[in-house]
Amino acid sequence: MDATALIASLQDALPGVGLETSPSLDLQPTIYAPAGHLIGVALALRDRDDLRFDALMEVTAVDVWPREPRFELVYTLLSTVHRHRMRLKVRLDGSEAHVATLSTIWPAANWLEREVWDLFGIVFDGHPDLRRLLMPEDWEGHPLRKDYPVQIRMTPRTGEPLQVTAEEFRANLAKDRLSRGGQGRQGRQE
Amino acid sequence: MGLEAEIPVLTTTVEKMVQWARRSSIWPVTFGLACCAIEMMAMSCSRYDIARFGAEVFRGSPRQSDLMIVAGRLSRKMAPALRRIYDQMPEPKWVISMGACASIGGVFDNYALVQGVDQVVPVDVYVPGCPPRPESLIYGIVQLQKKISEQKLA
Repeated sequence: MDATALIASLQDALPGVGLETSPSLDLQPTIYAPAGHLIGVALALRDRDDLRFDALMEVTAVDVWPREPRFELVYTLLSTVHRHRMRLKVRLDGSEAHVATLSTIWPAANWLEREVWDLFGIVFDGHPDLRRLLMPEDWEGHPLRKDYPVQIRMTPRTGEPLQVTAEEFRANLAKDRLSRGGQGRQGRQE
Repeated sequence: MGLEAEIPVLTTTVEKMVQWARRSSIWPVTFGLACCAIEMMAMSCSRYDIARFGAEVFRGSPRQSDLMIVAGRLSRKMAPALRRIYDQMPEPKWVISMGACASIGGVFDNYALVQGVDQVVPVDVYVPGCPPRPESLIYGIVQLQKKISEQKLA
């Protein structure tokens, strides 16, 4: 299925939604959808009999900072029924970097969108669990943004040291003995 | 060490004996982070055979290990785990920083990687290379053995 036929089919399902094609080097049909209509477009792509894109293979993003619209979300879809693929793109402004989640339509989007949020800071509205996936949980910033510094020159966080001193060890031992003598194992603190 | 001619004994000091025992049985903790770990495994296998230097017993538990070979690039996310494993090793313990990435960050001069594991754990021997050949790592272990045999007990 080429991009023109794809658009025609989508336009048939969603009249009035502005869709456009995009040239692609690998001949994979590529269309742009407006961010506001993403859910409708995705539902049509999944449910229409001639499309049946039942698998979401990949969600990624491109940052073209300092140009606007800054972000381009890229969804790669596969139809295991018709054995065709396509690329769905959404342009987002840097000031409004958020879009509806597709994890209700394709459950695979859950972790993929977490990754995109983690690295690009694009918020997925309605996502069930938007936590960091690749970076440490306490990380600040979104490192794949083009305005993120390459080298942050920061001392690595190493967590709490586990080493106890001899004095601490003896004190813990004494406390342990004391509490066990008094109330048995149940009475141990912490 | 003096050899007594009449009776079959060797005399030495406790310190020398302890140093000999420590340097002849360096047990590394199994801790491979990247491609350097492949060379580390090659070093422990029969072609290079680190058993000749008494260091072939890679332990799965930090509680049984004396040496940590940081083999590969250390990400900032991994740094707390590395520190925790190091803390769990009993004294005396040593660290070899294997390869360019572990020593100074290597080609990965970016936000995600620790630029030198000496920011996280104290390093005894740095082994250069990308990755170092098994011979280099064996040389590093021999250097560590020299260092151990000069460590005073008190």
